[in-house]
Amino acid sequence: MEHSPPPFFKRGPAPLVRLLFFASLSLALLVLDARFRYTETVRGTLALVVYPIQRIATAPIEFLEGVGGYFSTQAQLLDENAALRAQVLANSQDALRFQSAQAESAQLRRMLGAADKPQVRATPAEILYAGRDPYSHKVFIDRGGKHGVQPGSPVADETGVVGQVTRVHPLLSEVTLLTDPDQAIPVQVLRNGLRAVAFGGGNSGTLELRFMPANAEIRDGDRLVTSGIDGTYPAGLPVATVVNIERDAEQTFARVICKPAAGVDRGRFVLVLSEEGKRPARPDDVQPGRERRLDKTRRARIKEAAKEPAKAEAKETDVAR
Amino acid sequence: MSQDRSILVPARASTIVASFALALFLDFLPWRDLRLVPDFVALVLAFWCVRQPRLVGLGIAWALGLVSDAGNGVLLGQHALAYSVLAFLAVWMSRRILWFGPGQQALHVAVMLLLAQGVVLLVRLAAGDQFPGWPIIVGPLAGAALWPMLTWLLLLPQRRPPREQTI
Repeated sequence: MEHSPPPFFKRGPAPLVRLLFFASLSLALLVLDARFRYTETVRGTLALVVYPIQRIATAPIEFLEGVGGYFSTQAQLLDENAALRAQVLANSQDALRFQSAQAESAQLRRMLGAADKPQVRATPAEILYAGRDPYSHKVFIDRGGKHGVQPGSPVADETGVVGQVTRVHPLLSEVTLLTDPDQAIPVQVLRNGLRAVAFGGGNSGTLELRFMPANAEIRDGDRLVTSGIDGTYPAGLPVATVVNIERDAEQTFARVICKPAAGVDRGRFVLVLSEEGKRPARPDDVQPGRERRLDKTRRARIKEAAKEPAKAEAKETDVAR
Repeated sequence: MSQDRSILVPARASTIVASFALALFLDFLPWRDLRLVPDFVALVLAFWCVRQPRLVGLGIAWALGLVSDAGNGVLLGQHALAYSVLAFLAVWMSRRILWFGPGQQALHVAVMLLLAQGVVLLVRLAAGDQFPGWPIIVGPLAGAALWPMLTWLLLLPQRRPPREQTI
C-alpha cells in the first residue's frame, strides 16, 4: 500500500477529495433549501428537465386503463350508465336545492350586511405521480403556473379536501396531502360547529385533531368540514370523519383520530380551487423578536432617524428629475 | 471477475445514458408504498460506478441526485449527498467487488445502498421529519436482490456474439 507506483495517467483529484467537495456542495444546498428557500429557480429548472420522463412514466397506466376500458363489457357499461343517470337525477335535485339555498343565504347575508362569500373557481387536474419520498405525503399534478395555479390553493376531489398546493412549477405543481405530518387544516364539527385544527398522521393515512380538551363535545362518526376561518380553504368542504376518540383523565387533551373523507391516496383526478374574489388582506403579523432586534441599540435608532429625512430628500430629487 | 470470463466490448455512453433514463422512469412510476420499492437510480448508479469507475463517478452521481430531488419535490441536495456517498463507495470498492460472484456482489451492494439510505434518513431527521418506520430498509435490500438480474441486463449490450469470440 505504502509503495504504490506513481500514477501513469492523470485521473484528476482523488475520490475522497471529490467526495468531500460534492458532499459539502450538497450540504450547502440543503441548508439553503431547508432554511432560506433560495433554490426555487434551480428546482423549477430541474423539474422541467425531468418533466418528459415523468409524463412517460404515467403513460403505461393510461395505456392499461385504455386497454381495460376497451375490454369492459356492454353489461358493465349499461349498469354504470344507469347508476350514473340515477346519480345525476339525485344531484340535480341537490343542485336545485343548493341554488335556492344559496339565494336565500345571499339574501340573509345582505340583510345582515355581511360580505358576500367569495366565489370559488375550480381547475380540474390529473395526478401525475406521487413524490418518491416516504417522509412526506405529496403528489404532483399536471397543472402549473402556466395554467394559473397559485401556491397555497386548496385541492379537492369529488368527496372532499385532498390537500394544498405547496409549490408551483411552470408545467406541474406539488400538492401536499392532508395526511402529511406537516400539513394542518382548520376544521369544524358539522354537528355543533366546534372548531379545531386537524394535523396529518403520517404513514397511518389518518388525521388527528390536536389540542382538543378532554371534555370536548365530539363523538365517533362526527363529520368535519373546513371552517374557512384561515382564508385559504373555502368553508364547508368535507374533510374527515371521526373514527376513534381516546379520552384519558391523566392527559389534558383528547386523542381524536379521523379518516379523510376524500380519496387522499386513491383516485387520479382532482380540482384545484382558487378564489375569484379578493378577501381583505391579513393584518401584519407582529414579530416581537424582529422588532427587538431592529432597535437593539439606541445609537442604531438615532442613525435610522437621521437617515430617514436623507432618504426622503433623495426620493424627492428623483421625482423632480 | 472469477465468474464472468467473457471479454466485454467497451461500454458505450449511449447505453449508460439510456439506463439512467430508464431508472429515472422506473422511479417516477406511481408506486403504492415507496418504502418497499428499491431506488432504481441508486442501483444503476452503483452498477456503473462499479463497472466503469473511470466513466461514471461522483460528478454524475451528484447531478443525478439533484435531478431526483427536484423531480420528487424533496429537499434539494439530499439525494445528491446520498448518491455522492454511494458513488464514492462504489468506485472505491469496484476492484474488490468485481472479484466476487453475483450473490456476494449483491451483499456488498446491499451495504452501500443501506448506507445511502442512511444518509437520506439522517438528512431528513435533521430537517425535522419523523422516522418513517423500519420498512424503509426493505427498499435497499430489494435493490440488492435485483443486482444479479441488473448485471445480466446491463451487460447485454456489451457482450459479443459467441461466434465472434472464437476468432
